[in-house]
Amino acid sequence: MTALVGRWQALKRHRHAPWAGMLLVGVALALLPFVAEATLSRTWVRIIDFALLYAMLALGLNIVVGFAGLLDLGYIAFYAVGAYAYALLASPHFGLHLPFWVLLPLGALFAAMFGVLLGAPTLRLRGDYLAIVTLGFGEIIRIFLNNLNAPINITNGPQGINRIDPLQVGDFSLNRSNEIFGIVFPATHLYYYVFLALALLAMFVCVRLEDSRVGRAWIAIREDEIAAQAMGINTRNIKLLAFAMGATFGGVAGGLFSAFQGFVSPESFVVMESIMVVCMVVLGGMGHVAGVVLGAMLLATLPEVLRHTAVPVQQQLFGQVLIDPESLRMLLFGVALILVMLLRPAGLWPSPIRRRELTSAAQPAKP
Amino acid sequence: MDIFLQQVLNGLVLGSVYALVALGYTMVYGILGLINFAHGDVVMVGALTALSVISTLVTAGLGLPAPVVVLLALAVSMSVCMALGFTIERVAYRPLRRAPRLAPLITAIGVSILLQTLAMMYWGRRYHTFPQIIKATRHEVLGATITDVQILIVLVSALIMGGLLMLVHFTRLGRAMRATSENQLIAGLMGVNINRIISATFIIGSALAAVAGVLVSANYGVAQYTMGFMLGLKAFTAAVLGGIGNIGGAMLGGLLLGLIESIGAGYMGDLTGGFLGSHYQDVLAFVVLIGVLVLRPTGLLGERVAERA
Amino acid sequence: MTTKQRGITRRNVAVALAALAVLGLASCGKKEEGVVKIGHAGPLTGSIAHLGKDNENGVRLALDEANAVGVEIGGSKVKFELLSEDDQADPKQGTIVAQKLVDAKVAGVIGHLNSGTTIPASKLYHDAGIAQISPSATNVTYTAQNFNTAFRVMANDAQQGKVLGEFATAKLGAKNIVIIDDRSAYGQGLADEFEKAATAGGATILAREFTDTTKTDFTAILTSIKGKNPELIFYGGMDAQAGPMMKQIQNLGIGAKYLAGDGVQTAEFLKLAADAAEGVYASSPGVPLDKMPQGPAFAEKYKSKFNQEIQLYAPYAYDAMNVLLEAMKKAGSTDPAKYLPELANVQYQGVTGNIAFDEKGDIKGGGISLYQAKGGKWEYIETIGG
Repeated sequence: MTALVGRWQALKRHRHAPWAGMLLVGVALALLPFVAEATLSRTWVRIIDFALLYAMLALGLNIVVGFAGLLDLGYIAFYAVGAYAYALLASPHFGLHLPFWVLLPLGALFAAMFGVLLGAPTLRLRGDYLAIVTLGFGEIIRIFLNNLNAPINITNGPQGINRIDPLQVGDFSLNRSNEIFGIVFPATHLYYYVFLALALLAMFVCVRLEDSRVGRAWIAIREDEIAAQAMGINTRNIKLLAFAMGATFGGVAGGLFSAFQGFVSPESFVVMESIMVVCMVVLGGMGHVAGVVLGAMLLATLPEVLRHTAVPVQQQLFGQVLIDPESLRMLLFGVALILVMLLRPAGLWPSPIRRRELTSAAQPAKP
Repeated sequence: MDIFLQQVLNGLVLGSVYALVALGYTMVYGILGLINFAHGDVVMVGALTALSVISTLVTAGLGLPAPVVVLLALAVSMSVCMALGFTIERVAYRPLRRAPRLAPLITAIGVSILLQTLAMMYWGRRYHTFPQIIKATRHEVLGATITDVQILIVLVSALIMGGLLMLVHFTRLGRAMRATSENQLIAGLMGVNINRIISATFIIGSALAAVAGVLVSANYGVAQYTMGFMLGLKAFTAAVLGGIGNIGGAMLGGLLLGLIESIGAGYMGDLTGGFLGSHYQDVLAFVVLIGVLVLRPTGLLGERVAERA
Repeated sequence: MTTKQRGITRRNVAVALAALAVLGLASCGKKEEGVVKIGHAGPLTGSIAHLGKDNENGVRLALDEANAVGVEIGGSKVKFELLSEDDQADPKQGTIVAQKLVDAKVAGVIGHLNSGTTIPASKLYHDAGIAQISPSATNVTYTAQNFNTAFRVMANDAQQGKVLGEFATAKLGAKNIVIIDDRSAYGQGLADEFEKAATAGGATILAREFTDTTKTDFTAILTSIKGKNPELIFYGGMDAQAGPMMKQIQNLGIGAKYLAGDGVQTAEFLKLAADAAEGVYASSPGVPLDKMPQGPAFAEKYKSKFNQEIQLYAPYAYDAMNVLLEAMKKAGSTDPAKYLPELANVQYQGVTGNIAFDEKGDIKGGGISLYQAKGGKWEYIETIGG
């Protein structure tokens, strides 16, 4: 045993160890959908797809909430803007069918514009005043999407937009099974790779941002806005940049959601969705990129795990179903939120700096 | 003219409902600086408990007079909510008092989900009819109509606000509350039992939630386990509009929000030639909120906080 | 928190997650011989969960009956098993549960409840070649996708809105109408179709007002309507809002007639609105239960089995399930590829009327019945079409 541990330690110190590790993780991620389908079912590939979308959302929100410390309860609005930008320009609704490589950046741009639009009036607000204004902003966007079918039909109102183009290049569409090198890739798997690539890109951007001049400025604002200003940081521009950057992630994720679902309607962008994304960020570990991704993955998959286990577990334990599975699922989800925060108030995987701060902090700052 | 007066009355009633719920938010916020997301669901539990009590008493056929039944139901539902508020604070918020600011927000959401699911399991999924044991009589005021229950809502919320103001400004408990909200550490050094004060705040807030729940359901005649969420959000908006943490502000914010919604929904369609109709009622409310906060970042009656960290 | 405690909690979390994962694995993949799985999907949590559960109950009743009698398909006895999934009325959850049902290899699906979940899910069922019969999705686009797997036993918005519009103008003689809708796909769709038919019938739409499914206070729009003095108010929406709305209409002293669709033609509405319900008109696709041979029996069975009143769409869910069974019996197979042609040509006498599908999968010439609330009951007026 000790010999093994020794070998392992030696391996870890090896010059190529980081590369080997990355390669292993890469292979594991590449095989994941096939493993998930073989051991569980294809549903799980779809669940992982959605979890990746949520990871992108959580990463975007983390820029605003985690880095810059601005509580945003209307983040889903940017997701909606991205989704509708894609849906309107690539569906029979207006008869437009722009390619996705135009639409995704366009959606990101739109979302960024909305981010600045939201940011501008809220610059002077702090803490929970900001929270309620962002919540209102999210609702305003949703209400407009729900109602702009008259007098001119722009969004098709509550009926939503159907038959949205999938991600496709020429004849190669991600919407159906494709055979590549003799391996059949179902649609869920193909989308998985696209989402994974973009989620990884988002992570990379976030990690690089964190250490950049801008990232340090955000953190400075989070810690002390006055001091940040005194240090020569243009707090207005930097805050607006946080909103815009965060929004672009939401916009891209929204476009992908549209393409994946083939249908969007305003019901997908309710307040509760915004709140869920905030939960992912906080529960994972605010301001810590890896923690946030973990939070998103857990919260997006937990209800589904509970959905799949609620009935069989009860049958094995009690021989019958005592609580209907959907009630039990929501019950345990609520309990999980409470327990995780009670046991790990800084989140499941907080950033090392933040953990250090928390252990030495004496009195909590009152907002 | 009677149409306008009617809209104002509608707005006052709706606003009083918001104000009643907003008072609970504002009390907790004033002391802990915490958005108690579960408050709307406490309102729901209050409403459904009262409903169950009334139904049981009516079907038991004891022949109790209607006001007694209502008061009994109110008493039971207030006790249930007080116990609930106390428990929520002890379990979900107290351990996190020194945690990062957003941690209790997440537990609050957890509690909200938990309460809704438990209520769904206990009371079922359907909409419940609130028993009409007191017949709503209509009154004509200058060509506008208002019912007994509606008058009661306006009166009760005014009374409760008055009572709360008295409590906060003229009693020992109130002084301790204000001290705690000012600075927990120093208040503790001055001999204030912080934990007790915070528990008391939650208990009072939850009792108010029960009253609000009963009045809301009595007025609209309907209660369901999801009723608390939107009501809570609206009330929270009202509390922020008035300046959160400020009791008068919650009242003002509630009434204002009610009036904006009512007058907005009533006249927006006609004023814009049908372009922006009553479906933009909530948009108007939020736009006003954003406008107010841009001009006064701490709400209408909120204290101006010096720009410090 | 000390390091030691933290270590323990982290391990606990890991163990718990691992346990859940193992259980998740264990839960999949068991299959008995002769068991045919039928899927149901609808919102079982959230604000319209009562309707989702109602649909589930309808399907469950049909399957329990079939199992009790013992159905033979293609010469061998089969036992049906219901897989009911909660889609939370959320389009994203809708596709997840659809995928779950497809993975579980269900022989057919009854659902979903809302158009917003039914439409995105229909693509998955179509790709998998599984028949889907929605008992309640009324959005026109659902069956306009040219999917040979998509059916519904409920009249769509266009069919019902047209009948309601004609009824308002021709039978009720309304010339000045105000329309309210709840901004849901159902309410808005129905209101739009009603507006078309009513305008064609010579009525003037004085105003369109709006509310939403989370509201209980409608006094502002009702007061504004009072000022316009219409002869008729049309509401596109559900009973949970229409109940309190009627009370407020009564309190404000508005004398206009009130007309609504199938979302309001429920026992629940009569309870919620109490005496304010008197005189309200509402429609419901199909023929009234007591006019159908097995109708009253169905209502009784439902009540005794689930210990509650039918909420809304349970009879349609029950019929949808039985139509599916009928097609399976005819084809002698539970394989969708074999029974789908039979389903498209099915002729079935259900509790809501005669069921047959047109080439799109919509119910063929389904009649729409009209009712008026009188003395705490829905009184049948007439059936139009069908």
